[in-house]
Amino acid sequence: MGAVIVITSGKGGVGKTTTTANLGVGLAMLGEKVVLIDADIGLRNLDVVMGLENRIVYDLVDVVEGNCRPKQALIRDKRYDTLFLLPAAQTRDKNAVTPEQMKKLCAELKEEYDYILVDCPAGIEQGFRNAIAGAERALIVTTPEVSAVRDADRIIGLLEAADLGDPKLIINRLRPDMVKRGDMMDIEDILEILAIDLIGVIPDDEKIIISTNRGEPVVANDNGSLSGQAYRNIVRRVRGESVPFLQLYKNSSIFSRLKKIMGLSG
Amino acid sequence: MNLRALLNALAGKQDSKDIAKERLRLVLVHDRTSVSPEFMEQIKEEIIKVISKYMEIDTANTVINLHKTEGTAVLEANLAIKAIRRPG
Ligand SMILES: Nc1ncnc2c1ncn2[C@@H]1O[C@H](COP(=O)(O)OP(=O)(O)OP(=O)(O)O)[C@@H](O)[C@H]1O
Ligand SMILES: [Mg+2]
Repeated sequence: MGAVIVITSGKGGVGKTTTTANLGVGLAMLGEKVVLIDADIGLRNLDVVMGLENRIVYDLVDVVEGNCRPKQALIRDKRYDTLFLLPAAQTRDKNAVTPEQMKKLCAELKEEYDYILVDCPAGIEQGFRNAIAGAERALIVTTPEVSAVRDADRIIGLLEAADLGDPKLIINRLRPDMVKRGDMMDIEDILEILAIDLIGVIPDDEKIIISTNRGEPVVANDNGSLSGQAYRNIVRRVRGESVPFLQLYKNSSIFSRLKKIMGLSG
Repeated sequence: MNLRALLNALAGKQDSKDIAKERLRLVLVHDRTSVSPEFMEQIKEEIIKVISKYMEIDTANTVINLHKTEGTAVLEANLAIKAIRRPG
């Protein structure tokens, strides 16, 4: 029996789709059977991030309306044959799907696949309700900015109310240089405010944009990119492994250095 | 505190990330306490249920309010008591 995980954020443009694609590819690289569901109806994106936009025949709405069987709508990935995409409908609106239909679909898919990752649309309305309906785990993506963290806080409350407790946090687009000079909130700052568990930190990385241009998620590129490594680590944590966090920057506090010299901290 | 924060403090400056954090903290106090009327009603009913074990409450004259000021929030409950039960 597989796991259904929703990737959500509240605020738009923080990296949900990028994260869904990379985690999907990363899980498939380890041999897992994975389905990615693009729940962003009307603003389909996961297909282009995955480089599968030319293969779409049926979509999510076709499946829930019974125009085809789920299997017929699933698009197999180009490189990983245990990875599938269920694309969103582009010319319909969010109300074309109900939470009950999503629940039923996810329940059906997890009979056969190890991981169902649901790419949630921005916002807290119907599209969000649909995306979380069938999920039993949630990953919240945020960036180190006031508005994104604020929206993440709101989402945490809504997930709790929907009995989706214990969500894990992904901090995306961190810029070590800015953190160092005190112009970007640090990982600890954000964790202190949101008070949920961290599952990974992804640096702001132009390689993400380059790989998205090609439709090949960065996680699969063996080009030594930090973002690719960060995603591979999150994949392992999603599978339950405990993996040390990447050191994206050195702690420059003189007191922590002094403490280290005096042997007070490790 | 690190060296930069120390120098900033001496110069009377503040890192923009500390300003961000402080603003977030304040805005979240407001966000987290903006609760719906139904939720307030639910809180009210449960408070009355608990207190009723010890006192007879005049539910019609019971008011519960959430007051928000900058940086803090206070839950105020005014329960009109009809009678106090004898301790068992
Ligand atoms: N770590 C990163 N470094 C650099 N660019 C990034 C990073 N993460 C995401 N991006 C870029 O940010 C943009 C938004 O990302 P993405 O589409 O994944 O966000 P989203 O949360 O799915 O947006 P929406 O809310 O519109 O669905 C994309 O152009 C993506 O390439
Ligand atoms: Mg998206």
